Amino acid sequence: MTEERNKFTVVGVSERKLDGRALVTGAPVFAGDVTPPGAVHIALLTSPVAHARIRSIDTSAAEAHPGVVCVLTHTNTPEMRYTTAGQGHPEPSPYDTRMFDTKVRFVGDRVAAVAAETLQAARDAAARITVDFEELPPVLSIDAALAPGAPVIHDEGDSLDVFDAAHNIVSVVAARSGDVAAGLAESAVTVETTIETQYAQHAPLEPHVVVTHLDPNGRLVIVSSTQVPFHVRRIVARLLELPIHRVRVIKPRLGGGFGVKQEVLIEDVAAMVTLRTGRPARFEYTREQEFVSARTRHPMRIKVRLGAKADGTLHAIDMQAISNTGAYGAHGLTVLSNTGSKTLPLYNKAPHVSFDGRVVYTTLPVAGAYRGYGGTQGSFALETAMDDLADKLGLDPVVLRQRNHIRIGETSPIFEELGEGRKGAPQIITSCALGECLLQGAERFNWIARRARHPGNGPIRRGVGMSVHMQGSGIALIDMAAATIRMNDDGSFHLLTGSTDLGTGSDTVMAQIAAEVLGVGMDSMLVTAADTDLTPFDKGAYASSTTYVSGRAVELAARKVREQILAVAAVMLDTTPDGLAIVGGQIEGPHRVVSLAEIGRRSYYGPDPAQIAASASFVPEASPPPFMAAFAEVEVDVETGLIRVTDFLAAVDCGTVVNPLMTEGQVEGAIANGIGYALTEEMQFTLRGRVKNPDLARYKIPGAADLPPITVILVDSYEPTGPMGAKSVAEIGINGPLPAIANAVHHAAGIRLTRPPFSPEKVWRELRKSAVASQQSSAGKAT
Amino acid sequence: MKITLTIDGKPSEATIDPGECLMDVLRRLGHTSVKNGCDRGDCGSCAVLLDGRAVNACLVFAAQLDGAAITTVEGLEGPGGLHPLQFTALDGGAVQCGFCTPGILMTALDLLTDHPDPTEAEVRRALAGSYCRCTGYVKPVAAILTAAALLRDGRRD
Repeated sequence: MTEERNKFTVVGVSERKLDGRALVTGAPVFAGDVTPPGAVHIALLTSPVAHARIRSIDTSAAEAHPGVVCVLTHTNTPEMRYTTAGQGHPEPSPYDTRMFDTKVRFVGDRVAAVAAETLQAARDAAARITVDFEELPPVLSIDAALAPGAPVIHDEGDSLDVFDAAHNIVSVVAARSGDVAAGLAESAVTVETTIETQYAQHAPLEPHVVVTHLDPNGRLVIVSSTQVPFHVRRIVARLLELPIHRVRVIKPRLGGGFGVKQEVLIEDVAAMVTLRTGRPARFEYTREQEFVSARTRHPMRIKVRLGAKADGTLHAIDMQAISNTGAYGAHGLTVLSNTGSKTLPLYNKAPHVSFDGRVVYTTLPVAGAYRGYGGTQGSFALETAMDDLADKLGLDPVVLRQRNHIRIGETSPIFEELGEGRKGAPQIITSCALGECLLQGAERFNWIARRARHPGNGPIRRGVGMSVHMQGSGIALIDMAAATIRMNDDGSFHLLTGSTDLGTGSDTVMAQIAAEVLGVGMDSMLVTAADTDLTPFDKGAYASSTTYVSGRAVELAARKVREQILAVAAVMLDTTPDGLAIVGGQIEGPHRVVSLAEIGRRSYYGPDPAQIAASASFVPEASPPPFMAAFAEVEVDVETGLIRVTDFLAAVDCGTVVNPLMTEGQVEGAIANGIGYALTEEMQFTLRGRVKNPDLARYKIPGAADLPPITVILVDSYEPTGPMGAKSVAEIGINGPLPAIANAVHHAAGIRLTRPPFSPEKVWRELRKSAVASQQSSAGKAT
Repeated sequence: MKITLTIDGKPSEATIDPGECLMDVLRRLGHTSVKNGCDRGDCGSCAVLLDGRAVNACLVFAAQLDGAAITTVEGLEGPGGLHPLQFTALDGGAVQCGFCTPGILMTALDLLTDHPDPTEAEVRRALAGSYCRCTGYVKPVAAILTAAALLRDGRRD
């Protein structure tokens, strides 16, 4: 594998981001940067109550307000149900949402939208809409949703694909292999843990923003901060009852997504305003709306039971999860499926495995896709249970993982049992360097010595913890990506890809893959991406799919173009194509050399001119997991409960590293986000279901001064089914901090934290509980 | 009301509402590198230099600023090319989505004005009000330290 990799000249190099210069000079490249002349501005009126029917709505004062051009409510918009989840068709999320409904189901739900000449006028007018609400009892927790006689949140009757609306159950998931009850009974050692995670928000620095207009031919153009331009086109066209081809969606530079922009949240409203008024429209979420009305990570309650033989071999794993999807079921089923499918295959030695899950509605903000996609929550439950198991077995946590983790050539029944809301795809692991990740990570982190060190007896206790993780690379057998490559008459290439760069640098990565195949440098590559009029279809950027799925389509298209070039070169060189290769932009024949510029010119102007171009599609048959071993050191102040993470290291197997700097950046950013999720990030609610902290002052994401040193090791690995051996890397990093930090706290202070974020108050209470318990037990011994 | 500003070295006249903040005025005038991430001073995406010092443009009333000099990231590039802060961000992998980048670069420029040789901890403290959700700050901080070294060596590009 290393030999193969050493052949690369562009792949494996930290090429500059193609859009980097525009970004560091502040060029107007984001969706919100260009407002067409004559645009109207949109303000949203959202629900002030968690659960209510709209008896009546009076918009007359708003319509009379100076500058108002259009008011949208449930009275004048389509009634069809849809899902905001930007997934492939048919979406595995229930159709339980309307553009504007006669019922509101959380504080922040859409009630009306106002378009006006200025944003201020739109906001003022929205405030003049009066709504007569018939308030219904709110449902503010998983337990309340499942209680007998609980208020029915989706009682509308016309929603589709809700498992049991009468009991607030969106969907159920089950997967089994073997007999888990018997397996647990047979086990020499068992542990059980229950964790409960919080509401957390993505907080990309750029809020959702969209600008719409009609082109000179009357087609609708949507410039949006979206991760899924083709899904936006399909979903908005259906809602607006337009043929798909009457809609064009463009994703310019995007200011971060992390999953929250895999939802169609604002495009439909702006598009409707443009269709109704004929005028360009601009709609941007405020930061408060980003917190309240966008999407969040699904809070989950997960119980894990593990059984192991005396030597530490896992014998049974039982995972039971309940997921709170909030008011609508976007991504509910698939996120829950991933809670099992992105964790359980890690430990494939256990013959008895069971996963059961339910997704419930509540009248709280809507959960959706968020980097890690259920794997983050599942990892926390499984990896803290593994830590308890190591303790009980008297094994080093690293050794317990070494005994049990999946390896090359192995499989797990879970791959087939748990797919994206349906059966999955069986797969044999064709690359896995998790063993190396553990070895190199433990060595660099100095794990053995740090683990052996006493936590101390003073107010500050120090400890280390670790965890291991997997994710996927795209969605097997479902999500397609296509790419087109055209040759120019100077020998350069234009790559047209539907893939959606969220700021990750994926446009650059796609170009590197094409350049590698075509034997040119990056200065010969142009990229046009994510424009439904210009680029071929791509599922969009989610599920860690771009490098593996879109990158493979690019590689295949580039190979076809290379074949065409070599055929022309063979004619020009008076030889056969076999044995010819493009090296450094030229092709060497038996007697002379031709350049790509000569071939490009000939392809346009002859003799025998013909465009050199090709398209290719790729649908993955498997979703090869990247792997990671994560290590954390913490200091716990046992007097105040304050946790400080003092060191963090991640050793990652993502297959071939296409661009080292960008790959490290993906992991570093994901770890920072994960540390925030572990320590500070939590949406807090009033007793009536209103978000108390919808801003970046009170919802605390990590700043530069809050983070420990973060070390990333990219371990040598090669995935034979991936482009140039690459897998994915975008999501996996976020899964590490929560369990690794919890396990480090357990090492430092002897307490088992199960409810993030680990605020000083919660930690202090746990410390007090454990001090009381140990006093009682020593008092018990004394008598 | 009307005010006169010098923006990136060029005089500019703006008609403003008395309640308008500098961020909205700058964006309206086409300086869209000044990003609106929160509209309330929490995120630092709109940071610009006001008479040489970094401010969150969303927290300053434009009406107070008649005659002031504003520098945005659009004014950083010189005849010799990119400013070292821009160059090292680009070369060091410090830019992912790039939405926070203008604010971070202007905040860093303010730091380096007084502290040409900052420690890593000083850079991190200076960025405490500048959120980035993509990078984990590892590469932005390293890039600023490299830029500081280049500037100390007298290099502008």
